[in-house]
Amino acid sequence: MIRQDSKTLLEVRGLRATVNGIEILKGMDLTVKAGEVHAIMGPNGSGKSTFAKVLAGHPAYVVTGGSVLFEGKDLFALAPEERARAGLFLGFQYPIEIPGVANAQFLRLAYNTVQTQRGKDELDPLEFDDFVREKMKLLEMNPDFLDRSVNEGFSGGEKKRNEILQMALLEPRVAILDETDSGLDIDALRIVAGGVNQLANKDNAIVLVTHYQRLLNYIEPDYVHVTEAGRIVKTGPKSLALELESRGYDWVSAAAGAAA
Amino acid sequence: MMQVANNSYLAGLLEGRPFADRGDALNRLRAGAVERVGVLSLPSTRDEDWRFTDLAPLTKMCFQPYRGVPAIVESDIARYSIAESAQRLVFVDGVYAPQLSSPLNGGIVVSSLAAALPAHAAAIVADLGRRALFDNNAFTALNTAFLNDGALVLLPRNAALDTPVHLLFVATRKEAAAHPRCLVLAGAGSRATVIEEYVALTEDAYLTNAVGEFVLADDAQLTHVRVQRESRQAFHIGHSAVALAHGSRYHGIHAGFGARLSRFNLDVVQNAEGAECEIGGLAIIDGSQLADTHSSIDHARAHGVSRQQHKCIVGGSARAVFNGRIVVRQGAQLTNSAQSSRNLLLSERARVDTKPQLEIFADDVKCAHGATVGQLDADEVFYLKSRGLSESVARSLLTYAFGAEILHAIPVASLRDRLEKMLLAQTERA
Ligand SMILES: Nc1ncnc2c1ncn2[C@@H]1O[C@H](COP(=O)(O)OP(=O)(O)O)[C@@H](O)[C@H]1O
Ligand SMILES: [Mg+2]
Repeated sequence: MIRQDSKTLLEVRGLRATVNGIEILKGMDLTVKAGEVHAIMGPNGSGKSTFAKVLAGHPAYVVTGGSVLFEGKDLFALAPEERARAGLFLGFQYPIEIPGVANAQFLRLAYNTVQTQRGKDELDPLEFDDFVREKMKLLEMNPDFLDRSVNEGFSGGEKKRNEILQMALLEPRVAILDETDSGLDIDALRIVAGGVNQLANKDNAIVLVTHYQRLLNYIEPDYVHVTEAGRIVKTGPKSLALELESRGYDWVSAAAGAAA
Repeated sequence: MMQVANNSYLAGLLEGRPFADRGDALNRLRAGAVERVGVLSLPSTRDEDWRFTDLAPLTKMCFQPYRGVPAIVESDIARYSIAESAQRLVFVDGVYAPQLSSPLNGGIVVSSLAAALPAHAAAIVADLGRRALFDNNAFTALNTAFLNDGALVLLPRNAALDTPVHLLFVATRKEAAAHPRCLVLAGAGSRATVIEEYVALTEDAYLTNAVGEFVLADDAQLTHVRVQRESRQAFHIGHSAVALAHGSRYHGIHAGFGARLSRFNLDVVQNAEGAECEIGGLAIIDGSQLADTHSSIDHARAHGVSRQQHKCIVGGSARAVFNGRIVVRQGAQLTNSAQSSRNLLLSERARVDTKPQLEIFADDVKCAHGATVGQLDADEVFYLKSRGLSESVARSLLTYAFGAEILHAIPVASLRDRLEKMLLAQTERA
């Protein structure tokens, strides 16, 4: 929900980044305030995932210009784990499988680390088990996933639910969900979207990276941004998503090209 | 020149050998081994099989067998006891400790070899020394030359041991040389789990030169957990020989943590159709440790299956060696064999040499093998960090997971937990 007096959580100005020496982000601008839901749409390869990973601090990406303030502080002064503890969350487009690390152990370590940071008590394995099972119900996840290795052998949809489960546990300030909807059937989409909606409140913000307008039927964005070649070339209200759905992306870039 | 020095070192190790001729059923075996020690020389790095493992540090020290009575009590080894195990045999510096042991002498025999020899001479002589061959192995010859006693597990046809047997070898003395010996004879259709474990109550240097023979008759099933956690100054030379008859199954989990220098030879011979082995190996070392594993799985007959996974976690300036030989002989059609060697280097100076060695003479077989050497996966580390875990916690968790995959297969919960804790402590230190 857009409110003029909301606090700015994320402020991206002219962000440039390279990977393997190739410039991918060429001046991203984005302002996200508390209570807002943003959708970032754009063709494949336009830099959406790169943007998400640069914010989270993936070591393969080099920031070459611009600035990002997270709750008013320089995001790039923080290591990736510090960003997570400060309340930045990235739901990965392709969550990694980690054989041998039990999901329950991983989730508890992550939860306790963030709790400690917030000056709250850690949970022991038994307490955590009760707590996490409640959260899993919300996402209609089978508790068996606790005993399995992190994401190992999970289907695409199960991995995405596991990402949202992590978001539910860590209660981030800003959650960037990178194509959390892709690969989900309609039921799974409804469940995942329901989970996200329950987590959204006036103090946090959600940035949805998506291809499809479909997700936006379930999670109402306040803004829709269109990326192209490492830049946001158009920003509009929710109706922009519908327009993109029917007209594709080409007209946006043509218009942006004409304006430039 | 070197040869002479080596030979005299071997001869020195023979000294203190008790009663060559004890007038028992093992006289001939021992005599043959003594003779062989006289002919063989200590391996050097010029031997292909010892290219990476230099025994010079060993030859700079003298080791003598201990012949006294074991001087430790139950409380000294309480921390090694395995709750699930009903039968335990304890050897201290190579000497059997009856007061710490709980043998079994029924149809199933779990006993000191010397004690069981009169009653079971025929069964023992039929296999002892015939699986762990010493013709070309100076250390196995040396062990056999010392063969007076050892651990014996004898399972009659269709016998099933529901609780694991614990064979515990405890080192307590500086500069002692121990030559432990195990013989496991699993009769047709029998089942058992045997834990062979090497531990130390001293931080000093000593030598363990262990040999084990595991003979599985038709359809027998044996799980063999071998744990090497010697002192960090110790030298550990081990040789396990496994012989598999028709339809039998050997499951080995071999974990090495300790020793300054360790060398483990594993020889599996699948001598009849339909034999199967599954082997998980783990070496976790740091500092200036060296861990060398040479395995050989010999598929002599058709329809054999082997699965081998060997992992090394190497930190500091430690060095790991893995040589995995797989032989598929001409008649061994439809053999299905898979070997993987995965190695994690935790520091710049850590090093591993891994080599698969496939010798395939049959044409209708499936043999997969692969080796990887690397650091932790950067994307995995990042994934964990993106959830708030610190760099060091992320790294130790991933390192732990890498090794725990092997330990997970240990079917004895208390031992598995204990070793997983050791692994965790070691990964947190790295
Ligand atoms: N590690 C990498 N090495 C080289 N090129 C990369 C790498 N990661 C992403 N790219 C390139 O960056 C561009 C943007 O990719 P990405 O951010 O994944 O786009 P999107 O998520 O919008 O589909 C693509 O052209 C892609 O090929
Ligand atoms: Mg993407």
